[in-house]
Amino acid sequence: MRSFQHRLSDLESRGIQVVAISVDTPDINRRQRQKLGYTYTFLSDPKAEVIRRYDVLHPGAGPKGADIARPAEFLIDSSGTIRWVNLTENIAVRARPEQVLKAFEEAQRPASQ
Amino acid sequence: MKRKWNWPIWVGFLVAVGGLFSYEYFVQFPITRDFPWANLLLFGLGALLLLIGLFRAFGRSQLYRGNVFGSIFLVISLSLFAFFAYEIFYVLKQVPLSGQAPRIGEKAPDFSLPDQNGKQVTLADLLSPNGAVLIFYRGFW
Repeated sequence: MRSFQHRLSDLESRGIQVVAISVDTPDINRRQRQKLGYTYTFLSDPKAEVIRRYDVLHPGAGPKGADIARPAEFLIDSSGTIRWVNLTENIAVRARPEQVLKAFEEAQRPASQ
Repeated sequence: MKRKWNWPIWVGFLVAVGGLFSYEYFVQFPITRDFPWANLLLFGLGALLLLIGLFRAFGRSQLYRGNVFGSIFLVISLSLFAFFAYEIFYVLKQVPLSGQAPRIGEKAPDFSLPDQNGKQVTLADLLSPNGAVLIFYRGFW
């Protein structure tokens, strides 16, 4: 998530918004965002409703067995269509902004016949 | 005759302990997080020094100290490494399959969630002008 902050201007200059989603409350998000210097949007899904809708729930993986999100990244175009998905098989390995930028450039190109 | 201080035992132990606790630091950078080679390198270096120290302690015990401490440190270091390896190569890979997650070409499920200021934000709000990247993360709690 830090790397997305570092490359935020490259993403925003292409008109792509960066949004982080977790079960954390807006309060925690506001504080963590300030503390870590993140400027993109943090959304709060404490009941994991949207997290379930995207099937990225990690049941019982949080503190005291709470349900949390597993790491996952989706690139969605302006029409609301998914253009690229990253479902990691290792919690420590996350998508890098370069992958998103590459996927965006490829989606921009007219489909080859 | 006074036996000499067996420094590789102590330094090796400290390096091995550092191999575990430096994870907090190295995890900040994708290059040392995707694969924890920096931590594994520290564990390896620590083990090498410990073994050198132990060979000296047991091989030339009239000259070097540390056969008791060295053995204890080796056992502790091996336990730390076992814990690290279990976390890294097993626990971190216990990720749900997410087989029903929306796929490329499908419509992204709609939503409305509060942002960091409590303001409701919908997916549609996020898609202009050229779309959005949604990053689901485990949370800071």
